[in-house]
Amino acid sequence: MNPVNYLYLAALLFTIGATGVLIRRNAIVVFMCVELMLNACNLAFVTFSRLHGNLDGQIIAFFTMVVAAAEVVIGLAIIVTIFRSRHSASVDDANLLKL
Amino acid sequence: MENLIGLLVAAPLLGAAVLLCGGRRLDRSGPWVGTLLAAVSFGLGVVLFADMLGRSGEDRTLTTTVFSWVPVGGFRADVGFQLDQLSMTFVLLITGVGTLIHLYSVGYMEHDERRRRFFGYLNLFLAAMLLLVVADNYLLLYVGWEGVGLASYLLIGFWQHKPSAATAAKKAFLVNRVGDMGLSVAIMLMFTTFGTFAFGPVLDGAEAAGEGKLTAIGLMLLLAACGKSAQVPLQSWLGDAMEGPTPVSALIHAATMVTAGVYLITRSGAVFDAAPTAQAAVVTVGAVTLLFGAIVGCAKDDIKKALAGSTMSQIGYMILAAGLGPVGYVFAIMHLVTHGFFKAGLFLGAGSVMHGMNDEVDMRRYGGLRKYMPVTFVTFGLGYLAIIGFPGLSGFFSKDKIIEAAFAKGGTEGWILGGAALLGAGITAFYMTRVMIMTFFGEPRWQPTASDSGSAAGSGAPHPHESPKTMTVPMVILAFGSVFAGGLFSINDTFLKWLEPVTGHAHGNPPVSALTVTAATMVVLVLGVALAWARYGRRPVPVTAPRGSGLTRAARRDLFQDDFNHVVLVRGGEHLTRSLVYVDHTLVDGVVNGTAASVGGLSGRMRRLQNGYARSYAVSMFGGAALLIAATLLMRAV
Amino acid sequence: MNTAATATSTGEAVQFWILGIVAVAGALATVLMKKSVHSALSLAGTMIVLAVFYLANGAYFLGIVQVVVYTGAIMMLFLFVVMLVGVTAADSLKETIRGQRWLAALCALGFGILLIAGIGNASLKEFAGLGRANSGGNVEGLAALIFTKYVFAFEITGALLITAAVGAMVLTHRERTEHAATQRELSERRVRTGRQVPPLPAPGVYARHNAVDVPGLLPDGTPSELTVNPTLRARGQIRDVSGAALQELAALEQRAQEWREHGRSEDAKGVGK
Repeated sequence: MNPVNYLYLAALLFTIGATGVLIRRNAIVVFMCVELMLNACNLAFVTFSRLHGNLDGQIIAFFTMVVAAAEVVIGLAIIVTIFRSRHSASVDDANLLKL
Repeated sequence: MENLIGLLVAAPLLGAAVLLCGGRRLDRSGPWVGTLLAAVSFGLGVVLFADMLGRSGEDRTLTTTVFSWVPVGGFRADVGFQLDQLSMTFVLLITGVGTLIHLYSVGYMEHDERRRRFFGYLNLFLAAMLLLVVADNYLLLYVGWEGVGLASYLLIGFWQHKPSAATAAKKAFLVNRVGDMGLSVAIMLMFTTFGTFAFGPVLDGAEAAGEGKLTAIGLMLLLAACGKSAQVPLQSWLGDAMEGPTPVSALIHAATMVTAGVYLITRSGAVFDAAPTAQAAVVTVGAVTLLFGAIVGCAKDDIKKALAGSTMSQIGYMILAAGLGPVGYVFAIMHLVTHGFFKAGLFLGAGSVMHGMNDEVDMRRYGGLRKYMPVTFVTFGLGYLAIIGFPGLSGFFSKDKIIEAAFAKGGTEGWILGGAALLGAGITAFYMTRVMIMTFFGEPRWQPTASDSGSAAGSGAPHPHESPKTMTVPMVILAFGSVFAGGLFSINDTFLKWLEPVTGHAHGNPPVSALTVTAATMVVLVLGVALAWARYGRRPVPVTAPRGSGLTRAARRDLFQDDFNHVVLVRGGEHLTRSLVYVDHTLVDGVVNGTAASVGGLSGRMRRLQNGYARSYAVSMFGGAALLIAATLLMRAV
Repeated sequence: MNTAATATSTGEAVQFWILGIVAVAGALATVLMKKSVHSALSLAGTMIVLAVFYLANGAYFLGIVQVVVYTGAIMMLFLFVVMLVGVTAADSLKETIRGQRWLAALCALGFGILLIAGIGNASLKEFAGLGRANSGGNVEGLAALIFTKYVFAFEITGALLITAAVGAMVLTHRERTEHAATQRELSERRVRTGRQVPPLPAPGVYARHNAVDVPGLLPDGTPSELTVNPTLRARGQIRDVSGAALQELAALEQRAQEWREHGRSEDAKGVGK
């Protein structure tokens, strides 16, 4: 087997995550799907690292994780704040961004 | 020495800044600060003058560039100063008379709560006027020009609580704007013609520029001069400008503002010399205005408005002289300077009279004041003798020369212009004698009547009294100027030699001898005085104005200048706007609304995309990402 | 390990195919599960599988970090928020935006196909393997890169983390404008207002329920919402004990009574009626 298969898997997972973002209304689940997409990217980075034989890909994946951690902290805080004020975690309820 | 020129302008500017930003703690000392800085400016002017006298005629011009103002590519507009004999004359007049008026205002405005601001504006006025005369290019001159307009607006409307003053200020500003348009157009034309605004290249290159363009520039400059110097057809603001405090009237009429137009035309002499049509327009405007102002001055009962008419007329003389070309430039400036002395003296005298008469301005309520205000009477009287051209006094020398130069124009033109100037001199003698008699001679007429007992400030009858020292001292100094300036200038043609390097001079050949002209002037002078004495001196002046002849009534209404403006400009403008509004509503709005409606309809459909759901937007993003990948693959495939 | 230039070991291939299916299944479950807690658990599964893949790809450090940080910390944070928001609430998967699902499917299909086509299009027949890069140890290799070549990025992510921590605090912090009432003050206030001096009544616990979401009944048979926890009241999670439900209960009890009195056959008849 060629490690390229990992890339196919990463692409598949990324697409599934993106689809989840598009069709789920619960903000927490949407957020989980975003995490899934990030993980898929990480898998691709790690695989590239192996394909190229250097560690830069892993470094990028590492940074992705750090940024993802920061993002999760803020994102969840926002979700909690919205939930407090609107008693709903649905992304469709926050639909004031329109004419 | 060059650096002092900047300080000349900076001193009053500093005064304006300090007084206007300084706040209430300067309320007490403000007037003296303003006067001091004006005096500093005058002192600098004297130092520069002394320095200039120390050098020979040709290299008396000082130039300095302070900084580069608008450096754009190859084009540069600098803030630079040029001080030559012409500028020097103005600087001394402006700062000298200006300082005296400041001093006078200290007394005159003593009881005004906002006097600190008043002196700030006065200083601003001086600074703007000085900038105007020492600028070395038209663009910087324009800055000063606009500054003068602004300061005059602020000062005329200084008693803004009076609706008439506020309206007069607006009127002055608007009419001046029309003239300013002319100057800005002239500057633009200069730029397209010469590629620069500096005096040197423009005036030296004027000969080569072609008569058509020069005529256009000249006419635009004339329009500008008409606005600032209150010449026909932009004269209407001057009479109403009397709403300002009297020192302001003196400043506007004697030292600053109205002289700017004369300066502009004299400074741009080279342009006019090469454009005879423009020059003809200038002399026409001058001749018409000098008669117009004189006639208006005859009919006014308001002492300040009568003097305003006189100013208009005297400036008409100067414009006429300036329009005569090299024959007249020197005499225009000479008359300007002597006029600066006696007109400032007359206005300050009028202010002194008003000061003693509870701000009464109607001359029919004056009379016999010579006993109560001796200093005012003597100084005013000397100013009066000077303005009518009494032999030996200032006005005699300068005005006589202008009449002579007008006759020297030659041909029918010369006769018409000379005749107008001669007639103007006669009318001047008439209306000034009228003012003099109504104010200082005859029976006192200020006894309170039933109607005015409430209007005069509190008390019934005014108690005429002499004004304080701060007011009389400037009047005395100006009276000295009125008496001796003309003589001093004329001995050995001092003034002519002084200005000749800048303006050039040509001796005209009048068709009649100079002596004849002088004699004729004397005759009309005596006629005017005699007529006035016959009408006002021999019999008592009625307190309420008689109906008068048709000409008198017309002159009282300023020869229908406002009615003309109303009918032609206001009504015409209204009709024009109405038709434009109609076109705008039907045609322009139709096109615009049609476009808007179609865009609106389209957007109404498009806005459905903006449903506010983040997920919908995410779909478009995701679709976009897919398209990006597709594009990348396509590019690789190609 | 894995030093061959074109293929991995058979063991890794087997592992990939088995765990790959698990990962995809977990991802699909994340998207499709109705309850968010199930989604979170599925996602955790997928992440653990990915951790194994990282290990297999020679990223030992990342594999461990994936388990510890992602699965351990981040997913726990998710679960925490899920609990905060309401663990029982099941989402409706019915689409409310017209055409959203079709568009999403279309875009996902297009995107996936294009992405996979792109990867397939690229010539990645050979691979270098990490043998040499990992020769000094994977963690040491990463450390050397992080603290030399990527040191600025590293510092900046540090700043980012601090900012995020402060941001989260700012977002979730609620300013207290007055001091919290003590127990004594609360009881004093209760007595002073005189509205509810004794403790609140207990919820109605019936024989068939042992839950606190059932309101107690007043003597006249109406349910008293006062007996239910205010949080449940606010969420509208009170079980229905309205008149209709009580009648239904009474009818059930009556039928049971009749059944006991008349036997099974008549009961069947009665039902048939």
